[in-house]
Amino acid sequence: MAEWVDVCALDELDPEDVMRFDHGGRVYAVYRSENGTPYATDGLCTHEHVCLADGLVLGEEIECPKHNGRFNIRTGAALRAPVSVPLATYPARISAGRIEILI
Amino acid sequence: MVAIPDPQLRDYSLTGRDTIRAKETGLANAEWYHTEVPRKVMKELMKRRDGPAIRDTLIWFALLGGSAWGGIAFWGTWWAVPFWFVYGVMYGSVCDSRWHECGHGTAFRTQWMNDVIYHIASFMVVRNPVSWRWSHARHHTDTIIVGRDPEIACMRPPRLFRLLMSYAGVLDMIDSIRTLLRNAAGRLSAGEKDYIPESEWGKAILAARVHVAIYAMTAAAAAGMFAGGMGWASTIPLLLIGGPRIYGCWHMLMTGLIQHCGLAENVIDHRLNSRTVYMNPISRWIYWNMNYHVEHHMFPMVPYHALPKLHEVVKHDMPPANPSIWDAYREAIPAVLRQARDPGYSFRKPLPPTAQPYKEVPTRG
Ligand code: FES
Repeated sequence: MAEWVDVCALDELDPEDVMRFDHGGRVYAVYRSENGTPYATDGLCTHEHVCLADGLVLGEEIECPKHNGRFNIRTGAALRAPVSVPLATYPARISAGRIEILI
Repeated sequence: MVAIPDPQLRDYSLTGRDTIRAKETGLANAEWYHTEVPRKVMKELMKRRDGPAIRDTLIWFALLGGSAWGGIAFWGTWWAVPFWFVYGVMYGSVCDSRWHECGHGTAFRTQWMNDVIYHIASFMVVRNPVSWRWSHARHHTDTIIVGRDPEIACMRPPRLFRLLMSYAGVLDMIDSIRTLLRNAAGRLSAGEKDYIPESEWGKAILAARVHVAIYAMTAAAAAGMFAGGMGWASTIPLLLIGGPRIYGCWHMLMTGLIQHCGLAENVIDHRLNSRTVYMNPISRWIYWNMNYHVEHHMFPMVPYHALPKLHEVVKHDMPPANPSIWDAYREAIPAVLRQARDPGYSFRKPLPPTAQPYKEVPTRG
């Protein structure tokens, strides 16, 4: 059963940035887009399982640090080779000044 | 009787003995060494901009157009020679760095601009735009890992004649055209099938067919001009399209061959297998700062225009850069010659006291 899990205080993650979040033996990537909206996806690239939190957020996209593959952080869609498999996404919200994700 | 393979001999194919060995020893897909850079600094360095690449592309197109005009306008006189010299380098060498940076998608902030220049440059450098995207991704995953990296320029023992001849561009061009024709005929090699996902095979074949069609039209134009009695002037279409990849590629090879030659194979620290070389500003413009090659491999997200800054940030953790192209060759040539006798040899640069030790053994996750 999915539940809302606390990730961090809002000011620990800048807009247009990403951080790694480990929970229950899994790695997630938690983002804030340019306008500050939070998003969450699986934390490892679907190409060669590199940690996406070392990558670059550009608007609503995350660029993987290894081969510059890109995903949409809202939908998880694979946008740029060499990634071709989409990322799983999770609901994210801001609650009482903290970022939470539903996993 | 079972033949025991000579450990000095390497199998550079992507489906052979060394491929199995790389997978078994954890060298394939390994966790590579990275210099620690604070996230805030790295974010600043990774920032994408359109300005520098638009400026450089406008200069590039102007030089291509201007030199082509001069070459044709002064045809038949010695004045044409410097124009064709410039055109050759602009086409046959600049295309490589533009292909490379736009392939990474870092040159421009706007993606369609990266894609347009990537396709133009892929055609000029005679590389299949689809297959090379994947081969280059593998080159970054498994840099100079024997049996995994499809882009190893200096194999061991070195084929010295071939390396020397590569400066003339002919052998490389023959190989590239062969690959193009094979792809256009609908065939991919075992290596290509290994690193290109099956869903992309059709696209690779289509791209090869488009390239072959353009070359066929160029050859037809030259033949038509010749038949029309234009004599030597009928070579102009070939000097404009395709030919510069032979007569103008020397700068691409001069800078490209020192990226990794003479350095280590089968290591997981780019400081051991890549070379950073200080160069004059013209070469750096042609090469789009890929002379900061250790930095590029360690942090492929950093665009070319930010590499000099990245170099300053990480240089305490790097072996000293070669002060010139000449110095890099003085290091690489004796190492390659020695590899002809002793394929296990590689040149190892000492690290400054401020650097972390080299990471040589894969850590199993
Ligand atoms: S590991 Fe992410 S694009 Fe290759």
